[in-house]
Amino acid sequence: MGAGVIVAIVIVALILIVAFVTLGIYNGLIQSRVRTKEAWSGIDVQLKRRADLVPNLVETVRGYASHERETFENVTNARAMLQNAQGPADAAAANNQLSQALRSLFAVAENYPQLRASENFMQMQRDLSDIEEKIAYARQFYNRNVSDFNTKIQVVPNVFIANMFGFQAFEFFEAEEAAREAPHVSFEKQ
Amino acid sequence: MAMAEKPTLVYDRIADNRRNTWLLLLTFVLLVGGFVVAMGIILGLPYPIAPIIVIPVIIFALFSYYSSTSITLAISRAHEVTKDEEPELFRTVENLCIGAGLPMPKVYVIEDGSPNAFATGRDPDHAVVCVTRGLLQKLDHLELEGVIAHELSHIGNYDIRLMTVVVVLVGVIALLADFMLRLTIWGAGGRSNNRERGGGYVTLIIYAVAIIAVILTPIAAQLIKLALSRQREYLADASAAELTRYPEGLARALEKIAADTDPLEEANKATAHLYISNPLHEHSSFLNNLFSTHPPIEERIAILRAM
Repeated sequence: MGAGVIVAIVIVALILIVAFVTLGIYNGLIQSRVRTKEAWSGIDVQLKRRADLVPNLVETVRGYASHERETFENVTNARAMLQNAQGPADAAAANNQLSQALRSLFAVAENYPQLRASENFMQMQRDLSDIEEKIAYARQFYNRNVSDFNTKIQVVPNVFIANMFGFQAFEFFEAEEAAREAPHVSFEKQ
Repeated sequence: MAMAEKPTLVYDRIADNRRNTWLLLLTFVLLVGGFVVAMGIILGLPYPIAPIIVIPVIIFALFSYYSSTSITLAISRAHEVTKDEEPELFRTVENLCIGAGLPMPKVYVIEDGSPNAFATGRDPDHAVVCVTRGLLQKLDHLELEGVIAHELSHIGNYDIRLMTVVVVLVGVIALLADFMLRLTIWGAGGRSNNRERGGGYVTLIIYAVAIIAVILTPIAAQLIKLALSRQREYLADASAAELTRYPEGLARALEKIAADTDPLEEANKATAHLYISNPLHEHSSFLNNLFSTHPPIEERIAILRAM
């Protein structure tokens, strides 16, 4: 009987240890996932702000250059894409497309000195560049969280628990080539 | 690079720092406890004296912990600024907070021509970033960004709390040492009369050792505090470089701050450890380095440039 009791105690102890380790890892993964989602909402907020700014900007430019229909359409479509985007990779692609469309919009604006000089337009330009900077910083923070989480669910022994509970890797928020530089690049104008 | 081994997420650094704070607290408590017990044995002090000393000390420590921010801001003559007053500064702080995953701190300005900055507050939710007018005037945007990132790193790393705790504890040790020193002198004089003749030498040696210990302990505590403060500066520099991805900005800012000869009017020994660069402009020597709150600025610049 003595030997049997000892074996039973050892088995129970082992089960308890495994259970506690599993619990610890599981909670760590949950915490990390919550933080990554939180970091994502940091980008999402700024993307929404950017999308909200577009209609006003388009209207303002249209007041001076009503015939540039294609440019306006591109911007409006890109904005709709961004608003309907599902997930980081999708949102990043839409956001990059909006950046390109906005670039041609500003190229159009270049031809209208009165527009460029208007206080309203300059304010919108400033707001837009501020939001773009914030997106760049939010992206940096989000991607750091993603790489931390994605590493966590791939290392041993976490990988077993991650698979068991169906933890999925997050997508990175990739910037377009021009914005891939450090965030400070866009600060220079002022 | 050594930086790669440091935890990259602010959460992990906080966890790291919390552990360090507790370790440090434990060390100090052991130091103080051992110190008090040793002195008690040597002097044969009655037991009730311990709580009589310790309780006011704890109250004092808690009070300084919770009020340190407002006291610091008041003696530095800093005033809070709004987004409309300082849009550029605010935007920089906002953006870097987004990048670091920190809540937006309050922003204060000191109307002083000497370029400098500090952060204070016991945790990120009660944090304050304070810059001088001179810093805003003399630095360009990238340099300002480096400085703000350095200050935000202090907040994110919980350095401010760590240093507040350390400063309070060092103060407590100094207080106790002083107290014990007086007791020893008083005790030695009072007790030699009703002692047998044989123990004279031994007692004298014990007292001599005790007095030396009492003198050295606060100095040792002070040196630990300063070493810790310098180490935190290096860490904040590294974190700032990581946040801005542009160490050159902070390096240039430090260069400008070091080259500036305007002294900061409202800085003193009590607040010097808070600033990004020592505001007291002490000359560099071995002793000064040992007793300095900051590493030599040339060395920090060299490290930043090597990143």
